[in-house]
Amino acid sequence: MSDARAVPTALPPRHGGLWSRLARIEGLPIVVVFFVLVGAFVYFAPEVFLRWPIYFSFLTTIPPMLVLALGLTLVIAAGEIDLSFPSVLAFSGFLFAWTVRHTGLDWPAAALALAGGALVGAVNGVLVAVVGIPSIIVTIGTQFFWGGIAVVLSGGLSYSLQRLDHTLLAGIFTGNLFGVLPMQSLWAAALAVFVWFLLNRHRFGEHLLFIGDNREVARVAGINVRREVIKLFTLMGLFAGFGAILLTMENRNFFSTQGGGYLLPALAAVFIGGTSVFGGSGKVVGSFFGAYIIGMLDAGIVATGVAGFWVQVIVGIVFVVAVVFHLLMEHPGRFITIARFFRRSS
Amino acid sequence: MTGETTSHPAGAAAGADPGRGYTHIVRAQRISVSFGNIRALSDIDLAIGRNEIVGLIGDNGAGKSTLTKVLTGVLRPTSGRLFIRDQPIDWNQYSVRAAHRLRFETVYQEKSLGEKQPLWRNFFVGRQITNRWGFIKVREERRIADEILKRHIGFRGVGIDADSTVSQLSGGERQGIAIGRAMYFDSDLILLDEPTVALAVKEVQKVLDFVRSIKRSGRACIYIEHNLAHVHALADRLVVLDRGRIVADIPAGTMSLEELTRFLIGLHAPAGAAGAAQ
Repeated sequence: MSDARAVPTALPPRHGGLWSRLARIEGLPIVVVFFVLVGAFVYFAPEVFLRWPIYFSFLTTIPPMLVLALGLTLVIAAGEIDLSFPSVLAFSGFLFAWTVRHTGLDWPAAALALAGGALVGAVNGVLVAVVGIPSIIVTIGTQFFWGGIAVVLSGGLSYSLQRLDHTLLAGIFTGNLFGVLPMQSLWAAALAVFVWFLLNRHRFGEHLLFIGDNREVARVAGINVRREVIKLFTLMGLFAGFGAILLTMENRNFFSTQGGGYLLPALAAVFIGGTSVFGGSGKVVGSFFGAYIIGMLDAGIVATGVAGFWVQVIVGIVFVVAVVFHLLMEHPGRFITIARFFRRSS
Repeated sequence: MTGETTSHPAGAAAGADPGRGYTHIVRAQRISVSFGNIRALSDIDLAIGRNEIVGLIGDNGAGKSTLTKVLTGVLRPTSGRLFIRDQPIDWNQYSVRAAHRLRFETVYQEKSLGEKQPLWRNFFVGRQITNRWGFIKVREERRIADEILKRHIGFRGVGIDADSTVSQLSGGERQGIAIGRAMYFDSDLILLDEPTVALAVKEVQKVLDFVRSIKRSGRACIYIEHNLAHVHALADRLVVLDRGRIVADIPAGTMSLEELTRFLIGLHAPAGAAGAAQ
């Protein structure tokens, strides 16, 4: 934990200068990065990025990752981490797909998937908060376990779910509003608003911030740290369960490793959005745009005509630039530190 | 344990007219705390009057912090009883929150404030002003926080407002915030756990001024301190803890600072080797 005695060498300016006022606008750096990126895409590939279909495709594919990133923002704000969510995508996805396929009851299937996610989260929470194992270790373990359970239960098969076509559930969650706007993007956006209020305006969110800031402070302030951490992981599991439903329903298909590609992109979305890995702060606006940036890069770069081999290189550059940008916005004093470092080493 | 005590729930005492009619704000009776085989506190008897500043002194590991934690509901003792405003406390009902309700407030060395959080959150954490769904009334909390800053702490025109984060404050200002918070919530007992540790001389003076204002406002204070000069100048009474026991209870003015220093060194003189090993 940070030492309160260590007075930072360069105290940030106390008065509300332009810089500090700008720095107080949540997620501003990432919004800038987002629009610069979109601008670059439009410039380099106007034939793709001045038309709606590419955006339609982003709004269809990114929401599951956004839902995960929103949950992770809360987890990381509390100074914890969850690496088990890819397995919830598989496990909850399986519960949903199996129930739909074998009973045709789509709503109960969705409820079951959410409950499954919450179960995974609650187990994580108890292992972290009551047993006292660091969350990174717990969730590496449970990630293997639940992923394995999904493979075992599904027999490694994939399920086709065409029978969801024309159901109310699929229409509400993954249909298209007026034929142009994917419903899942609206649900994810609504969830983002909810999470923002939960973190920044609700007692529970404030407790998470203090737990992430300094656990001992939280404890002496009368916060029931154990209970809040269990609630937190359960909520994260619930979010991952919801992500699983969106993903499975959109694809009309389940396969037992469907969570595989989500681990790093979802975490990257949170960190690119400016949430501190040290806990004590969470940027929901940042995670929102971060998820869209991460989700857009692949397709966007390819569309601009840059060879596909370069995609990861550019993702890496955007990631590092965004994170450095954030840091400098929040701690302008770092400019001096960095300048000094380079002057000394040259 | 003390299950047989005929006490009322801790919360009820808060309603039971905390304003009048008690001699001691807090009284510990034969309180002991053990961690496994280690005896952190043995049979502590200590009573604090309603407008008394009591300096609690002793070496590292003497049990000062442990005693504070017991009094404020962070830690449950192995045995013993606690009376608040002369009313016995049921340990099963006692917690940090219960202590808050009973108007006890602690200012811990460095554990009182969330560093990355704005001051308004720090003032209200653990007792937020919320609507019935638990959403915080931010505007109200901010307004009151600004008021606390101006009225109770006297931060005027220093460029600190309710939205400043704790990390922007100096060490003395941080203690001021924590003490001001205690005053605002009308605490009758404020426990200060080494508030001047690692502070510059000027900052120490600020903190000592805050402590004096506690006395002036008619409250009680338990002041844990390493630096004898600081407590000696302020306290009405000095209680010396040594290896989990109270070894002296010295009214102000009966011992000079030099005598006190010699007395404390003398505590360990016969067992100098053991003391050094510790």
